[in-house]
Amino acid sequence: MVKRISVVDVDLCVGCQLCMFACNRRFAEAGISRAAIFVQSVGGIERGFIIRVCRACKDPPCAKVCPTGAISKREGGGVRIDHKKCIACGNCMKNCLIGAIFWDKSLNKPIVCTYCGYCVNYCPYGVIKLEEI
Amino acid sequence: MMEASSLSKILYIDLDNKRYWIKERPELFKEWLGGVGVGIKLLSEECPKNIDPLSGENPIIFAIGYFNGIYPLASKTVALFKSPLTGNLGESHAGGRCGLAIRMAGYGAIVIKGSSDYPIYLVIDENGVKFRDASTLWGMSSTTAVGRILREKEGIPGIRSIMRIGRAGEKMIPYACVITETFRTFGRLGLGAVFGSKKLKAIIISGRDSLKVKDPRGYRNIYDELYNSFIKSGAMKKYHDIGTSMNVTSLNLISSLPVRNLQKTKFEGINELSGEALAEKFLGRRIACAHCPVSCIHVATLRIPYENEPYFYRIKMIPYDYEPIYALGCMLDIRSAEGFLKIMDRVEELGLDAISTGVILAWATECMEKGIITTKETDGLLLKWGDYETYIEAINRIVEMKGEFYEALSKGVEYASSKYGGKDFALSFGGNEMPGYHCGLATHIGFLVGMRHSHLDNAGYDIDQKLNAEGKKPNPKEIAKMIFEEESWRQVLSSLVVCFFSRKVYTPEVISRCFSVIGIDITPSQLKEKGIEILREKYKFKVREGFSFEKLRIPKRILETPTPQGILREEDIREGIMEYKKLLEGK
Repeated sequence: MVKRISVVDVDLCVGCQLCMFACNRRFAEAGISRAAIFVQSVGGIERGFIIRVCRACKDPPCAKVCPTGAISKREGGGVRIDHKKCIACGNCMKNCLIGAIFWDKSLNKPIVCTYCGYCVNYCPYGVIKLEEI
Repeated sequence: MMEASSLSKILYIDLDNKRYWIKERPELFKEWLGGVGVGIKLLSEECPKNIDPLSGENPIIFAIGYFNGIYPLASKTVALFKSPLTGNLGESHAGGRCGLAIRMAGYGAIVIKGSSDYPIYLVIDENGVKFRDASTLWGMSSTTAVGRILREKEGIPGIRSIMRIGRAGEKMIPYACVITETFRTFGRLGLGAVFGSKKLKAIIISGRDSLKVKDPRGYRNIYDELYNSFIKSGAMKKYHDIGTSMNVTSLNLISSLPVRNLQKTKFEGINELSGEALAEKFLGRRIACAHCPVSCIHVATLRIPYENEPYFYRIKMIPYDYEPIYALGCMLDIRSAEGFLKIMDRVEELGLDAISTGVILAWATECMEKGIITTKETDGLLLKWGDYETYIEAINRIVEMKGEFYEALSKGVEYASSKYGGKDFALSFGGNEMPGYHCGLATHIGFLVGMRHSHLDNAGYDIDQKLNAEGKKPNPKEIAKMIFEEESWRQVLSSLVVCFFSRKVYTPEVISRCFSVIGIDITPSQLKEKGIEILREKYKFKVREGFSFEKLRIPKRILETPTPQGILREEDIREGIMEYKKLLEGK
């Protein structure tokens, strides 16, 4: 079965951003430049947080606007990016309604969640989980 | 992408000429670790001797360390400057997002020099600095509003921090602080006033970089080890559950909680203002600093009805911690949680240091009680214990410096008491207002000898609590030794820069291993040596600016009110101070 990261309850989020750092550690790097998940405040920390991560759309708008077919639909929902085909036009990023496609500056290519669930292991409050679609 | 082992970039900003430059100084970080270590070297370089702290010559140094962005709980930034409150070393730490933002933007330290002739704010990222006109924001009554405006204006690239000052900073109140991420502050010793003197309203800094480590597998392993220690071992549970405000109950229980300007140590409002009570009735949200899973930041929700408009409410989110509860609650004998939260809110919006403000008001109240001042000086305000509405008005008048008396209060308790008397119960150490502990000998020796005269320098109160629990008799010599060890070790922690809450996990051995996987070899004993060296650098700066242990004033009040160890003797305190001096000077 295909999986995705789902936000269980955003009100449990304390904004620690450990998920972002975890995502980056997949590449055994510290920092956040390659993270495919992003936690930010909703107009100020006092109002809580939002979590931007690919929710694996069944018919993903990002794939529809890719001019080179670099973004392909994953069976069951979500996408895969083939960096070789990608010409870095940024259409996918602009067309993601929830802003879940990020930009890897060093590669100059888009970043999107690979649904691996590594970040989930570092969320101490159960805000996110890896679930079957 | 940067190497995790290469911390080197220093961003210099010249506000006189609105220009900036970057210098690569890797050797400085190799030798002094980062954070407070690098910070004190930069301060010593950049701050000319005997300058006015509120002149353009006073530099502001922000410094972070190797662990920021790499390891959890390394979420702090150190600020160094010359303090307008004490006229000596100013050092302040804050969490929030700034430590990570600075690292992810690629810098190890930021040096801000000169002053602008009109209000400005700075936008800093990996590409450098933009100077923006802040005239519209100047005079705004709320620091929260300033944050909202800048957040909207400057977008959200990566991890971002918004440091700003309130009215108190603009008016150069020497105990004004800098607020970051709405709920964290660079408090104590007046960084906000130094911002104000430079017409620097705010700094927005953001970054989104990554860091290469030398041993990727080792890095992930040690990260997991740390994560498990912090989360699964329950070591951080107390900070997460009730937060630092749990101290209200525990210190009250052992009669170490200063109440009514330390006239007593038992608090009758305990059922209202304990951490447990605040959590039960008011806790609205818990928040974490960037890259810290603990989330010790406790924010209360207060619903305030409008008097003339039925069914209209103001919803306020107000952060609280132990120290503000002590200073603005217990010291003023506020027995209403709502009352405390309202004072707290005012102090935050104005950007004042909560501890200093509370201690100053407590002194003023006792002066009135004793007839040293009357409503003539206060221009009609009758200061009395527990009356939070009057205290809020007094705070407004302090910031606006309305009349001679409030102007004196705006300069700190040391100054106000030299002008009006009441020195015996003016609770300040080295010019800095007293933190919330009266646990015994080590507490007060710690405040006096600590480089910032803060409880955070060496946690003498912790030594006392351990001695008291074990029923051991305090000995000034031994205490001095323990304080020296703790304070020098804390220099290492605040050079990395990790939160002091993590100190039991970040032992010398663990830190040494953490360094090793990112490609830096340093042994536990070398780390300890570094800590002593950094402490001595700070002392050198203090002596240069006129500090001497012999000149320290001991407020009589701390010798009058019994501690759990009984009444303290001045000669024991003096002995401890001189013993500490010997250790510090290596004699």
